[in-house]
Amino acid sequence: MAMTSKAEQFNYTVVRQFAIMAVIWGIVGLLVGVVISLQLLWPAFNFDLPWLTYGRLRPLHTNAIIFAFGGCALFATSYYIVQRTCQARLFCDKLASFTFWGWQLVILLAALSLVFGFTSGKEYAELEWPIDILIAVVWVAYALVYFGTIVKRRTPHIYVANWFFGAMILAVALLHIVNSIAIPVTLFKSYSAYAGVQDAMVQWWYGHNAVGFFLTAGFLGMMYYFVPKQAGRPIYSYRLSIVHFWALIFTYMWAGPHHLLYTAVPDWAQTLGMIFSLILLAPSWGGMINGIMTLSGAWHKLRSDPILKFMIVALSFYGMSTFEGPALSVKTINALAHYTDWIVGHVHSGALGWVGFITMASLYYLIPRLYGRTEMWSVKLVNTHFWVATIGIVLYVAALWIAGVMQGLMWRSVNVDGTLTYTFIEGVKASYPFYVIRLVGGVLYFLGMLLMFYNVLKTIGQGKAVDVAVPTATAPANA
Amino acid sequence: MSDFTSNFWSYYIAIMTVVGLVFCAWLLVAVGRDKGKASETTHVWDGDLTELNHQLPNWWRWLFWVLLIFSVGYLIYYPGLGSFKGLGNWTQTGQFDKEMAALDNQTRPMYDRFMAMNVEDLAKDQQAMGMAERIFQNNCARCHGSDARGFIGFPNLRSGAWSWGGEPADIEQSVSGGRTGFMPPLGETLGGELGVNAVVAYMRSLSGLDHDASLLLRGEILYEDNCAMCHGTDAKGMKDIGASDLTDGVWVHGGSERAMAKVVEFGINSDLADGDFAMPAYQGVLSRGQIYLLTAYVWGLTNR
Repeated sequence: MAMTSKAEQFNYTVVRQFAIMAVIWGIVGLLVGVVISLQLLWPAFNFDLPWLTYGRLRPLHTNAIIFAFGGCALFATSYYIVQRTCQARLFCDKLASFTFWGWQLVILLAALSLVFGFTSGKEYAELEWPIDILIAVVWVAYALVYFGTIVKRRTPHIYVANWFFGAMILAVALLHIVNSIAIPVTLFKSYSAYAGVQDAMVQWWYGHNAVGFFLTAGFLGMMYYFVPKQAGRPIYSYRLSIVHFWALIFTYMWAGPHHLLYTAVPDWAQTLGMIFSLILLAPSWGGMINGIMTLSGAWHKLRSDPILKFMIVALSFYGMSTFEGPALSVKTINALAHYTDWIVGHVHSGALGWVGFITMASLYYLIPRLYGRTEMWSVKLVNTHFWVATIGIVLYVAALWIAGVMQGLMWRSVNVDGTLTYTFIEGVKASYPFYVIRLVGGVLYFLGMLLMFYNVLKTIGQGKAVDVAVPTATAPANA
Repeated sequence: MSDFTSNFWSYYIAIMTVVGLVFCAWLLVAVGRDKGKASETTHVWDGDLTELNHQLPNWWRWLFWVLLIFSVGYLIYYPGLGSFKGLGNWTQTGQFDKEMAALDNQTRPMYDRFMAMNVEDLAKDQQAMGMAERIFQNNCARCHGSDARGFIGFPNLRSGAWSWGGEPADIEQSVSGGRTGFMPPLGETLGGELGVNAVVAYMRSLSGLDHDASLLLRGEILYEDNCAMCHGTDAKGMKDIGASDLTDGVWVHGGSERAMAKVVEFGINSDLADGDFAMPAYQGVLSRGQIYLLTAYVWGLTNR
């Protein structure tokens, strides 16, 4: 009997665990980001300790933000959404619990191994082979839990958010496994199975799709649930969902070589990477339109609802980054922007603006509901967080745009006598003031995250962990 | 040269690309053809999640079409569809060669004039030295420093000491062909720490540095037997093999007793030494004219 009554409730335990860890890892990841942006200004901030050097902390920062903060947020929201929209408890509690503890172990091992200097040298896939295997195992367990729940669903249709989460889970499994194939030498050292230009191609096929499927598709999944919920509005267009979903997941797969324009990669591969990146503008904007038009009709709520503010700014940054991305993949523009801080700015407008903000909005909606409340402890503090973080992003992104374009122009500036006008170090010197602005922006964003943490603690303190019963009535299929 | 091991892969790429573009177009046509109303679909999830079914916004459909059509045009003009070279015959190496040739045409008269001058005159030519300074800062400064005073392991070009010779022809050879010296590890040969310290004491005495006088005699004997064949009995070095002058007070790899002992014990560029010290060859990286300007510039640092 105990089993039946349990089966009738949603599994919120694992959602709570992942949601809280998302906030905590967010703080850690952002703090490391602040430290390395400090080191770019004053290298002495590595304190001459090898494990605090830029080369080790930078991958720690990216891994912590993408896989620890972003990953936990994706697990939390996808587990919540798939249960709510399928009217079914998560498939297999033990496996779900395993994904939580397994993922935390991955994060812990990642943090330790990166700081101690173990790396496979592949960007966003630096972790050594034993951790890669653990990731694959946890991810397959995630797929079983997720798709198992879809199979169990009581609703006739699969909600659009689940299309995106499903695509993310399948694609990330494929990308991670193919890119991580390596020949182990010792427990801590391996070599990629691919060589030279093939390795670069596989790496950036993975690298850009980590952006496309992990940081875009997954977070679109969040958007498709939490935006209509918070706005109290229906999704704008089912048709648009279909076209932009299929076009998005198809074209993203081709975009990788735009990271390798004007390199040893063959011309034809560069061209394909470029044109499919350009085409990607349309499906990306399809998602933005669907989100923004869903919000339309709820504009008046923006004045009083900071969560909606987070959402609209997230969607705006999504639209901006996905315009900037295709533009940067055009060879002529890429020739100016490649290797400059413009690229770092581009990544951060997507990461801080889109991924960060849609996550914060989702967690602000989600966390009170996991503790028997409908609102955070302080909505005012959410509003403060919004403004502090927004100013932070604007400073960060604008500073690196200017610095990046300036670097690109300085590097290519040639005198009439054929010599370069500037030395590399002059470009670094000119960037210095913008690195200061970037640091200020980063600190503001970090402070916002601390406000969120405090608010979350207070919300949890005032509430009580709840497990909500699964509504058993089937949704009307033809109402 | 083709990137494809067989025609199959070329066709495979081309067909996949075309199918991909057609797929996107088909999505637009197929979904756009449904002229259903924007009214709500019948789907409901989680109590209140519903969907409208608006038509695809026109401007967005057109954006999609423009991007697809542009891509088709791009694939016709540029290489992309397998081994099809594109009507424009564009390659990135071609673009690079063209840009370099244009620059070369623009600057050749200037370099022709410089190449006709001797190094002494060139070193006094302000325009030439301005260019050389910029070439130096962009290529040489990362090791020799922006002030050309080097760093431990990287020669100070203003010291007047030249392990490989300081004549213009020597310098030009150093820049164009690079230099890799070799100092064997002598720790064992010299009988361990005491022998090493003795040789160091002797070396230091040659340029008047403080040293342990009690080791001098032993050091001199060991030097004659083990070091003189390269550095010479007068210790003034041998520029043909890059053996440095030990009497001029210039120590490329550090002038402390500890640093000198390390060089003697473990060598330079030997299996036992920590790192490799090599001057890379700039032939092919820089043009002959640029190397000639650099030669005059570096020579001029101590001879102007």
